[in-house]
Amino acid sequence: MESKKVNWPLTILLICCSLVILFPLYLTVVTAFKSPDEMSRSLLSLPNTLRWENFTEAIRLTNFFQSIKNSFIVTVFTVALTLLTNSMVAYAIARNMHKRFFKFLYYYFVSAMFVPFPIIMLPVVKQTSLFGLNNMTGLIFLYIVYGLAFNIFIYVGYIRSIPKSLEEAAYVDGASIWTVFWKVIFPLLSPINATVGILTCLWAWNDFMLPLVILSDRDSMTLPLVQYVFQSQFTTNYNLAFASYLMALSPMVLVYVIAQKWIISGVTKGAVK
Amino acid sequence: MAKQSKVYYWMVLPAFLIFFIFHTVPVFQGMIYSFTNYKGYGDFNFVGFKNYVNLFKDQRILASYGFTFKFAIVSTILVNIISLAIALGLNAKIKFQHTLRAVFFVPNILSVLIVGFIFNYLFAFFIPQIAEQLNITSLTQNILGNPDLAWIGIVIVAVWQAVAFNTILYLAGLQTIPTELYEAASLDGAGKWKSFLHITFPLIASFFTINMVLAMKNFLMVFDHIIAMTNGGPGQSTEAISVLIYKGGFSGGEFAYQSANSVIYFILIVVISVLQIKFLQKREVDM
Repeated sequence: MESKKVNWPLTILLICCSLVILFPLYLTVVTAFKSPDEMSRSLLSLPNTLRWENFTEAIRLTNFFQSIKNSFIVTVFTVALTLLTNSMVAYAIARNMHKRFFKFLYYYFVSAMFVPFPIIMLPVVKQTSLFGLNNMTGLIFLYIVYGLAFNIFIYVGYIRSIPKSLEEAAYVDGASIWTVFWKVIFPLLSPINATVGILTCLWAWNDFMLPLVILSDRDSMTLPLVQYVFQSQFTTNYNLAFASYLMALSPMVLVYVIAQKWIISGVTKGAVK
Repeated sequence: MAKQSKVYYWMVLPAFLIFFIFHTVPVFQGMIYSFTNYKGYGDFNFVGFKNYVNLFKDQRILASYGFTFKFAIVSTILVNIISLAIALGLNAKIKFQHTLRAVFFVPNILSVLIVGFIFNYLFAFFIPQIAEQLNITSLTQNILGNPDLAWIGIVIVAVWQAVAFNTILYLAGLQTIPTELYEAASLDGAGKWKSFLHITFPLIASFFTINMVLAMKNFLMVFDHIIAMTNGGPGQSTEAISVLIYKGGFSGGEFAYQSANSVIYFILIVVISVLQIKFLQKREVDM
């Protein structure tokens, strides 16, 4: 391996390919800072002066702070509650797979992965308004419930690889199943919790379809939904629109820049399982 | 211990009940509605298989299946070719490996809807402007405004976004291959292409299966891209199945009719996923 030299032509080729990714992002940033006049002169050039008015105007128009707060609340509660509840269900299933009922539950949850949301969308919307769940609470609730299908699949696989001897020692000491789960097992789940947490976070933050059909109240809208709702007002002023898009994209980009390695490995583990 | 094992039931029962109510019940409700003439409000009657019979005669429905499959197949193939190529590149001895990997992954963390809006603008202003300067008359119009070409615009965005995830998956697969194998092959005089065909590909075949199945399933459900870029137009040329269910079911007064559409859609997705897994896994064993 060490005898091999760095493959420079390939490096340069890949850098060129990465421009395909970076270019639209560059354009988003420069457009967000320009005035319409400036944009009509050149789409590509850097802005002469940074027009912060685009941002203040977008914040005012879309009620940005409200929607980022909503997105934040939905994502944090969804991730936290998903980790706590889904791992517990998976633990009970993983340790009782020899029993018929638990085996059935495993396949029941996992087979739901084959039912994409658009298929149950119409009845679910009726149901959520019937139960008074057509709001942020309902949204969080549905993310936790629908996450079960995939999360049970990866949690059970992981828990079954943890030797039972640790738990047995705790049981001999008279610990209850609850105690064993929270004190012994849950701390051991950190690597897989990271995977589930990251995937759930990306899903809840970026999802558009569920908020679109569930949320009716303007004050409870999440970031992607707000971009959609204001689309018709944006078509007249692209600079304003891009300032808004940039603000909606940047929290996740910021998280990614900080925790990039962690996120990539988390997503990989989730997919390879 | 035996007395305690009741606790396990308490751990799963609430989840089971809630999942049943909010996932399984809607599946059956959808099936029941599909045999009625329910509009989404008011009274309704059972109409037997009428909705299903009409589905197969409805040009709009057939066109949406045609578009969705065309889009899904083309995108799946492109995504897998491109992401495998990028993964091979990233796995080679290159400079800035980590930075490049990080850059290629970025689209996966972005909202599909907002990416769609951004590309919308690219297609509407940027590409026509460039094309004008270069005198490529065929591209001076917004391709999203052309019923024959709009689907290509959606494929481009879908591929741009999906390559990120699939690349990382292929990369994970490539990293499981020991380098000694390549050294042995090159000693035997195998070229790059030959060692890819006989070593690399067979060894990452299971990753190929996962990628094909996941990509196809995701693309068959395409929704956000369409809403952001064309809203099903121009005309109905990019109306994906999920978009049609959404539009017809909620605002078109076709709740029951689109429920029947959902049932057919569901059956198709299951059949395709199972067939793909069967077919691709058989190849894995053969290799």
